Amino acid sequence: MRRYLVIALPYLWLLGLFLVPFLIVLKISLSDLNLSIPPYMPQLDPSAGWEGLKDFFSQLDFENFVFLTEDDLYWKAYLSSLKIAVVATLLTLCVGYPMAYGMARAPSEWRPTLMMLVILPFWTSFLIRVYSWMGILSNEGFLNQFLLWTGLISEPLVIMNTTTAVYIGIVYTYLPFMILPIYSALEKMDDSLLEAAEDLGCSRLQAFWLVTFPLSKSGIIAGCFLVLIPSIGEFVIPSLLGGSDTLMIGKVLWEEFFNNRDWPVASAVAVILLAILVIPIILFQRNEQKQREADG
Amino acid sequence: MRRFSWFNLTSLTLGFAFLYLPMLILVIYSFNESKLVTVWAGFSTKWYGELMQNEAFLDAAWVTLRVAVISSTIATVLGTMAAHVMVRGGRFFGRTLFSGMIYAPLVMPEVITGLSLLLLFIGIGLDRGVLTIVLAHTTFSMCYVSVVVSSRLVSFDKSLEEAALDLGCTPFQAFRLVTLPIIMPAVISGWLLAFTLSLDDLVIASFTAGPSATTLPIKIFSSVRLGVSPEINALSTIMIGIVTVGVITTSIISKRNIARAEADARAAERT
Repeated sequence: MRRYLVIALPYLWLLGLFLVPFLIVLKISLSDLNLSIPPYMPQLDPSAGWEGLKDFFSQLDFENFVFLTEDDLYWKAYLSSLKIAVVATLLTLCVGYPMAYGMARAPSEWRPTLMMLVILPFWTSFLIRVYSWMGILSNEGFLNQFLLWTGLISEPLVIMNTTTAVYIGIVYTYLPFMILPIYSALEKMDDSLLEAAEDLGCSRLQAFWLVTFPLSKSGIIAGCFLVLIPSIGEFVIPSLLGGSDTLMIGKVLWEEFFNNRDWPVASAVAVILLAILVIPIILFQRNEQKQREADG
Repeated sequence: MRRFSWFNLTSLTLGFAFLYLPMLILVIYSFNESKLVTVWAGFSTKWYGELMQNEAFLDAAWVTLRVAVISSTIATVLGTMAAHVMVRGGRFFGRTLFSGMIYAPLVMPEVITGLSLLLLFIGIGLDRGVLTIVLAHTTFSMCYVSVVVSSRLVSFDKSLEEAALDLGCTPFQAFRLVTLPIIMPAVISGWLLAFTLSLDDLVIASFTAGPSATTLPIKIFSSVRLGVSPEINALSTIMIGIVTVGVITTSIISKRNIARAEADARAAERT
């Protein structure tokens, strides 16, 4: 009896507050905008019985999805979210890999401290970390003050409210997610492999490229997906650091819902976003599975 | 032999400078006299004073704290149950769906989670306020808790539980007397994770909060949108300070526990 309670409680919670809400989104994405409360139709009327149900289903259609494919804005928003997320992920890899490599090479008594320094920002509010860049990147911000002072530039650079600022924001906030899996892959590596490679005539660079890098591949893949998946639907970073030309789908969805109050279109945007995310999520899970099999 | 080269040292120095300089600047400039955030005009703590006078921020902080404590506690109970079911539960109807529902919220974009919950609350006619934020936060953080706890459950010896059952414990007693003490560190870190996620969350709270309840991130976001303000710098500094103290304390405690366990193991070897 108790066993069933232990299963049922989390099960029902997730059914009611995760699966059902998502089915509602799916349903509303097939509905039409209507000037009423709630602002969509058809409404399911349980008192009408079987006829009402049939009537209800006959009114659902894919109009919103057709609308999304016809309006340029949405296509561009999806594509540019993907582009921004991919470029930002690669940039994060370029910053994160040398750090993870340095950590794995550091004297072992340093490592717990370095590890803590990587994790600490993760516990700090995401919003505050994004906000901290606003004072740095603005026209009269610290970066421009510094560059003007060094004489490298004579006019302030416009970085704030551009896509560049969004890249910086993503790299900054998601860096720990990139470093940790790569570090854990590099740390497990057997050093005698490198010695063997060098004994066999590899230069240090060759040894890195032929031994270290392939062995850290699973960490790189895991890190890249951990950065890529959340950045596609990112909202906070583009809305604080990005400008009007930075199109990201998370922001479009937000505005569609809160500013235009078009719930059906917002729901359709959400459904397509999820469909796009399914591919990287499956690839990520496959990588994790392979990793577990290799470990165990 | 691992060689720690100049290249390694440089990349670590630059990398950590990148991670910490923005926050350091934020902290330093929260003590700035001037209203202009990028011009230094002398040391002052007046923004902290003004923050303490700001009723709206204090109210929001109180709401946020209440939501975080309640939701992370419920999430820890549900998440631990879910982890136990996943690791020890054996087969039951709809197991695949259950595990899918635990992992899906981890990768779901926040805007979608928020939107779907809001549509549910409106659909069932629930007024938005503290209750709806608690429900929303509990739902996504219980999944994180269950991942943390189940990784601990997987790694510990099942025969301990079986021994307790053989010795006449009911399954619940076996869980309370044997399993729970062993997985306690994971349960505590699960709670801390849930608590932090709840404190941090802006997007889901924005969808599920009503006019009667505003959380701190919502408040910060709406004022930060207009630009940098010294008051927000002061608030950020307080939050960064709390997190830093918390993380350092827990790492010292866990280091001490590990050292003690090692000492115990050595003592046991000697006897």
